Amino acid sequence: MSENTAPAQFASKSAAAIDRAKAAGRKALIAYLPAGFPDKQTSIDAAIALARNGADIIEIGIPYSDPVMDGAVIQAATTEALNKGFRVADVFDIVAAVTAETDAAVLVMTYWNPVDRLGVDEFSRRLAEAGGAGLITPDLIPDEAAEWFAASDKYGLDRVFLVAPSSTPERVAMTVAASRGFVYAVSIMGVTGARTSVSSAAEAVVAAAHAAGAERACVGLGVSKPEHVREIAAYADGVIVGTALVAALRDGGVAAVGALAKELSGGFDAPTSSNPEA
Amino acid sequence: MSDPGMSDPATAFLAGDRAESAQEHSLRHAPGPYFGNYGGRWMPESLIAALDELEETFEKAKVDPEFLAEIAELNKNYSGRPSLLTEAKRFSAHAGGARVFLKREDLNHTGSHKINNVLGQVLLAKRMGKTRIIAETGAGQHGVASATAAALLGLECVVYMGAEDCRRQALNVARMQLLGATVVPVTNGSQTLKDAINDALRDWVANVDNTHYVLGTVAGAHPFPAMVRFFHEVIGEEARGQILEQVGRLPDALCACIGGGSNAIGLFHAFLDDPSVKIYGFEAGGDGVETGRHAAAITLGRPGVMHGARSYLMQDDDGQTVESHSISAGLDYPSVGPEHSYLSDIGRVSYEPITDVEAMDAFKLLSQTEGIIPAIESSHALAGAIKVGQRLTEGVGDPSDVVIIVNLSGRGDKDVETAAAWFGMLDEQGHVKGTTLSTRTAKGAAPAADENAEDATHE
Repeated sequence: MSENTAPAQFASKSAAAIDRAKAAGRKALIAYLPAGFPDKQTSIDAAIALARNGADIIEIGIPYSDPVMDGAVIQAATTEALNKGFRVADVFDIVAAVTAETDAAVLVMTYWNPVDRLGVDEFSRRLAEAGGAGLITPDLIPDEAAEWFAASDKYGLDRVFLVAPSSTPERVAMTVAASRGFVYAVSIMGVTGARTSVSSAAEAVVAAAHAAGAERACVGLGVSKPEHVREIAAYADGVIVGTALVAALRDGGVAAVGALAKELSGGFDAPTSSNPEA
Repeated sequence: MSDPGMSDPATAFLAGDRAESAQEHSLRHAPGPYFGNYGGRWMPESLIAALDELEETFEKAKVDPEFLAEIAELNKNYSGRPSLLTEAKRFSAHAGGARVFLKREDLNHTGSHKINNVLGQVLLAKRMGKTRIIAETGAGQHGVASATAAALLGLECVVYMGAEDCRRQALNVARMQLLGATVVPVTNGSQTLKDAINDALRDWVANVDNTHYVLGTVAGAHPFPAMVRFFHEVIGEEARGQILEQVGRLPDALCACIGGGSNAIGLFHAFLDDPSVKIYGFEAGGDGVETGRHAAAITLGRPGVMHGARSYLMQDDDGQTVESHSISAGLDYPSVGPEHSYLSDIGRVSYEPITDVEAMDAFKLLSQTEGIIPAIESSHALAGAIKVGQRLTEGVGDPSDVVIIVNLSGRGDKDVETAAAWFGMLDEQGHVKGTTLSTRTAKGAAPAADENAEDATHE
């Protein structure tokens, strides 16, 4: 916990959260929910419930009109948020509220155009002011990120880029070097959505990221059950869950989100045949 | 033209190899990924390897005599190229008396310019060993062209089409299905072209191993804008030769409609370095740009990123894409190819909106003065040509000294139902007036199987 108040010489908030989990003998649980779904206050309450039930990092998604990396469940939720009047500025209020109430690092997951529209520097300034840890950028590759490099350095924000099963070793190395906080290892060639099993490609992606020098690589896409969490914890530094939580919020409200987060984080405690590497 | 940031020697060589590029400031053959501040690759990392593979395959193919011969052979003996350049003599009177020439892409196999790009991309897909292609479509012309090329070259084809566009262009849905393609109606968002692209991208991410995404316009991530342009450059190359032959000089103006902008850039490209040729792109003005219900991305949009490229984009203050509106499904897209954004910024091409009303007036006018029913998309270019002709002939002694080429990018067969409704030709049941008077039992074509059996008992 004391890491939280450490002087920030670009001290990565998400790296600190992952390291705290590690110090506690487990891996980090990273939990996604969209901003403004089903409404602004409920999205705040649900994010707080995540943090109180084992999530180390909260990922707040900005609803966007053209979410090409998202499957049906998240699309439906973000479309509903937009239809109910979600504004991008709301995300800063949500980040501030969650940061004030919890010790979790709060990242914002966003397609690039809303950031571009507000202005990369202005967006970054407001995110930092709200206490946000940084951004996960599913459609921004380091090749196009010059403005984001400058702004994230200026405001001390984490840059979480994605690596995929299709990434060449050169691109993995370049992306790892560009990232701060952790590297998001995409488990499967596809969009977000719960799947019955986690692709075996995920382990190779994490290994490639580690080999390229990533200190922290976390796995997302298709992760929905405690057994997935257990499986991924054997080789990755964190586990990212999205769609399953969104469905829980949709069907059972804040209580269901908290219950699922608790169940998922239980995946770290369950007996496992293979112990994490030193 | 050489880009100092371009490290790929093959590309640099290619660019240098072009005779035209000897000119220091040529606008031709811009290789991408950037066109000024536009273009690039705003794409998920998952797709970058596929874009790299496509770029590499394309860069090799476009200097491979065997590939170029394959394209030329298909263009000639399958599509029916070269397409005609037809002087529209009676239509010209409505364009201030300027001589108006129509580049007849409507006469290509499948009825529009779209086949040029699709044949090229499907050949590339085969070179990459892909067995399946996917495509998005708005009006259905690109979907039909994709289904056609897939049938010709033996690939599986899936076409994503907004559910609203399926309704507007039902005939083309049936055409694609008859060609053996699967049409997936997209019910997300505005249920039009941009949403079809979103779903095609989702499919591509999941199936990139065996699937090539045949993007239908000069938008999207690099190499699509430069590559799709390359396959359409034949339009302008032919038109340039034809106008020199028929008139003996270059035209004064070019007119084309702009959705993503592929037919336009195909025509424009051959003339970009000729300063005497004025170039006009006509965007869909829908109900009028002042109403907010339009698809005029350059006229009223602001730069942003969508579908992989930075370009002019119809967006709100939050960067959310604003829904576009046009009677023309093929122009109903809230952004535009990045090279057009660049050509607009540097002032080489003028982009103006044409309303639904203006386009439909031109649709009727061409039909009744020239016996050519144009696509509603192309009717925007015709309406623009009327304005440009009137402007350019003002104060000119002999208006027939003014020569305009209009890209007639597609034929209007697919639009007959829309036009019939627009011009009040339908009754309350949606039937063409005067076509329901027969008192006989319908004979018609063979009905579906079960009805067939029932019919047999009637006889």
